[in-house]
Amino acid sequence: MTYEQASHFAQTWGLGLLTVGFAIAVAYALWPSNREKFNSAAHAPLNDGDDDGR
Amino acid sequence: MWKFHKWFERHTLILLVGILVMVSIGGLVQITPLFFIESTIERVEGVRPYTPLELAGRQVYIREGCYTCHSQMIRPLRDEVERYGHYSLAAESMYDHPFQWGSKRTGPDLARVGGRYSDEWHRAHLVDPRSVVPESVMPPYAFLANAEVNTSLMPDHVRANRLLNVPYTDEQLASAATDARAQAEPMGENAYDFQERYPDAVVRDFDGDPTRVTEMDALIAYLQMLGTGVDFETFQAEAPENQR
Amino acid sequence: MNFGRLRPLHTNAVIFAFGGNVLIATSFYVVQRTCRARLAGGLWPWFVFWGFQLVIVLAGTGYLLGVTQGREYAELPWYTDIWLTVVWVTYLLVFLGTLWKRQEKHIYVANWFYLAFIVTIAMLHLVNNMAIPVSFSGWFSYSLFSGVQDALTQWWYGHNAVGFFLTAGFLGIMYYFIPKQADRPVYSYRLSIIHFWALIFLYIWAGPHHLHYTALPQWAQTLGMTFSLMLWMPSWGGMINGLMTLSGAWDKLRTDPVLRMLVVSVAFYGMSTFEGPVMSIRAVNSLSHYTDWTIGHVHSGALGWVAFVSFGALYCLTMWLWKKRQVSHALVEWHFWLSTLGIVLYITSMWVAGIMQGLMWRAYNEFGFLEYSFVESVEAMHPYYLIRALGGVLFLVGALIMAYNLWRTATGKDPAVERASDVPAQAVAAE
Repeated sequence: MTYEQASHFAQTWGLGLLTVGFAIAVAYALWPSNREKFNSAAHAPLNDGDDDGR
Repeated sequence: MWKFHKWFERHTLILLVGILVMVSIGGLVQITPLFFIESTIERVEGVRPYTPLELAGRQVYIREGCYTCHSQMIRPLRDEVERYGHYSLAAESMYDHPFQWGSKRTGPDLARVGGRYSDEWHRAHLVDPRSVVPESVMPPYAFLANAEVNTSLMPDHVRANRLLNVPYTDEQLASAATDARAQAEPMGENAYDFQERYPDAVVRDFDGDPTRVTEMDALIAYLQMLGTGVDFETFQAEAPENQR
Repeated sequence: MNFGRLRPLHTNAVIFAFGGNVLIATSFYVVQRTCRARLAGGLWPWFVFWGFQLVIVLAGTGYLLGVTQGREYAELPWYTDIWLTVVWVTYLLVFLGTLWKRQEKHIYVANWFYLAFIVTIAMLHLVNNMAIPVSFSGWFSYSLFSGVQDALTQWWYGHNAVGFFLTAGFLGIMYYFIPKQADRPVYSYRLSIIHFWALIFLYIWAGPHHLHYTALPQWAQTLGMTFSLMLWMPSWGGMINGLMTLSGAWDKLRTDPVLRMLVVSVAFYGMSTFEGPVMSIRAVNSLSHYTDWTIGHVHSGALGWVAFVSFGALYCLTMWLWKKRQVSHALVEWHFWLSTLGIVLYITSMWVAGIMQGLMWRAYNEFGFLEYSFVESVEAMHPYYLIRALGGVLFLVGALIMAYNLWRTATGKDPAVERASDVPAQAVAAE
């Protein structure tokens, strides 16, 4: 493998894959139907069945 | 209940696999090409495996944590090249398991310290650094002069290096124990044979104590060979095959 | 006994002994709370605890005797490495088992960070410590890789010990303890998801910035620098998420010094994750590398972020585990201000020292010769090392005050008081 081959792959396929991966992560986080799930998850530390009355 | 349990397990596994994939990509892309791209290490003459005594010295260097204050990597910057010598090549540490490039210069770089000072200077400096450099903050290492090197272990060291593809010959392996002693005994019976096996190595009584081979011998032998392998009179730094 | 042997003891004691124990303790607490399940594996969690303490004892005593692999933050000899692997895999299984037992549908984001920390450290540890022992009766070993490959593997490990041990794990602490102590949900759960995946993906690439201008091929250096710069974004995403959790409740910073400690730690996190990318730029790094600037940078992260968020979590845990007891706010105030002053002295003196070193090494006189000998740069450091030592002492005194405060609270020397937020405002003001 030469440096040129490796850098060509990185600058085409590599770059494309990273962009797609990032788009998937953002879409998952912002997907409207996930809103309810995340909102309730955010409250997990606050109502975690604490038995010391808090 | 079991059905729910399975569902939970799947969630955890997706998370686990997702994490593993994400944290693997960077290392794979950065590290593996270093083993396959041919231009990673320059092809130069003069870099040889360490002699048994130098290996023992290198072990002292590692044991005492010299790398916490001294680097062995000269960067291609004008001031560094003028202060320390030609910038370091990848080839010069190709037999270093592990590398000792360091990350901090509380003391100066040692990549080309070999041949810069006399053995006597090193001895005085290691016994009491402030006797030769009054402003030095280096701790003294006088005890090295009283610690004998266990030369009988050196074949094990050479064998381990051979397993890692360091090109020691069968003969070098077989005579590793006597070679460790021979390098510090210029008048000894094995000095000639040692020099045959390691033509570029220096045979001297490094610690000035002819009666025994000490860690002082070993460490100074190691320091005196650092950065001396490559002949930079003939090395073409600007040649395309030496560009990385 | 000399600096070369004490330095690995210092770094390992701080990162793995203190940091590791805080992470194991808080992760076991958080995973049980957010999963509503007891730890999995019966007595195995105890094995993780005592096994890890054994690693620490073996490491600490070994370093003083000169037993080291000679690779920064990976100095453990081969047999301790194997033992640590056993302990760590058990830790992973206990953590996963507890997640499997959970009574909640969703896995709370703090656990994502803890899981990433545990898994990635296992991977880094295994790959970076591959070595051939010289003999089975001796401690010395030769690492599998050499030279340039060894250098990049080591800094892939070294930088991600920072990224996953000292960042991801402690972000897990942030995501549980700040919302809990502030009594508010995290600012944006969506941001936490994006920031999690971006952070763990990008961090792994940043290692080569420790090898700028070395014999490492330049393409690898450039990759390392580029990803280090990109890393600034998820880092600040995390900081914003931590800080903004307080939005609408900023007054609690005045009345609750424990919460203030946690929040200030996040501010320090933001500061050092800005400084880091700046130092990863090749031109900046040519000045900062090999100098005390790096030491200052590390300590702004270690003291300001890691230690402060740990201290905050320790105060919280003591109050929560010994139910309804209250740590002395007056002593927390002393701890907070002494330590903050200590950090400021430490990092400012190291900035000045490091930049001065870098400039002295590259200074030329009017005749075109190097202006200073190396030892002149050593001499010039003296006053800054004294200021740094003073800063360190102040920080240590603060930590000792905390130890006393925690002990006092746990043994109940102080009458049990309600939580600060439950006490009427006047009572707090009168305290």
